[in-house]
Amino acid sequence: MSRVLTPIAVLGALTLSALAALGRLAIFTGQTFAHMIRPPFYLKEFGAALMNVGYFSLPVIGLTTLFTGGALALQIYAGGARFSAEAVVPQIVAIGIVRELGPVMVGLMIAARVTSSIAAEIATMKVTEQIDALVTLSTHPMKYLTVPRVLAGIIVVPALVAVGNIIGIMGGWAVAVGTLDFNSATYLQNTADFLETSDIMTSLAKGAVNGGIATLMGCYYGMNSGRGAMGVGKATKGSVEAAAVLILAANFILTGIFFTS
Amino acid sequence: MIRLENVHKAFGDNRVLRGVNLHIPKGESMVIIGGSGTGKSIALKSVLGLVTPDSGTILVDGKDARSGDKDAFLARFGMLFQGGALFDSLPVWQNVAFRLMRGSLKRPAEEARAIAVEKLRRVGLKPDVADRFPAELSGGMQKRVGLARAIAAEPEIIFFDEPTTGLDPIMSGVINDLIREIVVEMGATAMTITHDMSSVRAIADKVAMLHDGVIQWTGPVADLDNSGDPYVAQFISGSADGPIEAVR
Repeated sequence: MSRVLTPIAVLGALTLSALAALGRLAIFTGQTFAHMIRPPFYLKEFGAALMNVGYFSLPVIGLTTLFTGGALALQIYAGGARFSAEAVVPQIVAIGIVRELGPVMVGLMIAARVTSSIAAEIATMKVTEQIDALVTLSTHPMKYLTVPRVLAGIIVVPALVAVGNIIGIMGGWAVAVGTLDFNSATYLQNTADFLETSDIMTSLAKGAVNGGIATLMGCYYGMNSGRGAMGVGKATKGSVEAAAVLILAANFILTGIFFTS
Repeated sequence: MIRLENVHKAFGDNRVLRGVNLHIPKGESMVIIGGSGTGKSIALKSVLGLVTPDSGTILVDGKDARSGDKDAFLARFGMLFQGGALFDSLPVWQNVAFRLMRGSLKRPAEEARAIAVEKLRRVGLKPDVADRFPAELSGGMQKRVGLARAIAAEPEIIFFDEPTTGLDPIMSGVINDLIREIVVEMGATAMTITHDMSSVRAIADKVAMLHDGVIQWTGPVADLDNSGDPYVAQFISGSADGPIEAVR
């Protein structure tokens, strides 16, 4: 009897554990947004977070989207050649980058660069009692550490997505014009004609969601870090894994909402 | 001024505090001694609200520490953390003046900096340290900066968590003397936790021995060597033989 029940008990324990983790994350998210609308506001920390999340991410965003756009152009050209549709390269590169690859690539790069650094920084602060010190200095850790970073992520990542989209499209353009014999002006005209405002708006909306997820995961795992170097390592690894999975899941859901109706 | 009544705290099966009773009158320097892992830090953090006790009462000036305006309550305290707990991303003077640059005690940056430099001077650090970052300082200097931060807003109550841990004996003596001087000078109520007996003798008016989750003995520091309490006697002699179990 116990052999039969053991797997069920394990499954039950795992389910309860997952639900508890989900509940803790939901509470953390709710508290973060509640603190966003209640003073005090730490503008200096917000400015620093904008720089860290946005400005200092530009090189990695630029390079990844540039190469992604170039590779996409090559793939579409090669694939399209199978049914004489090479001419659609500008349109497919544009829609592929703006609707999907731009926001997703930027989200994943932010998860790799920013989520990890936020989680490691806050976890180290926790391990070295700096979070406790904040409390004793009458400063709410969530207001001082979490709110500026999450708000910066929500605001600045759409801008990064916009930049990434442009660079990605230009990567496709460079490859198409440089190696696939496309006419430069025609390529750009086709891109501009094909893209709709709704494509750009949904891309930016995905960016905001991804930015929120990436920064929130960094803060959540950092604040809930275990002790010692191992605790910091686990928090950092967990934050990036969670951010990457949630960004892709959110992208799937948002794509369903935006493009299937 | 500070009173702990039957305070209990457990982490899972580990019952750390099992009914702590302690009274620290205004202006007195109380040092809590006890072995590692006996709950000294938990007792101290319970007063500040960093740890929530499972049961019991903590009163500060007769009022429940968990009720009322949290900001106003914490503004009465200064705390020196074991590792300094300085904010890596801020220069030393902003660490010291942290409380003076935010919240109800906020003042202009120039004034906050001037106070920070003055507090740094008070703990024996030169003004040029103000613009350095914590990572550029030695352990002893970090402790001094932590001490300067603890006294920056001139609190009524100062907590010291293992103030000499990680320091050489000479630097420990310097920090102990500084703490004693500052507490007397400010007329502050102090609560220190340590297992460094030189700190106890330098800082304490009264001593409390925490073991097995309860205060085993309390008395003036002058009575420490003749306490008649076997726990205290074993602890101050550093003997492996006695009622305190020593894991070898």
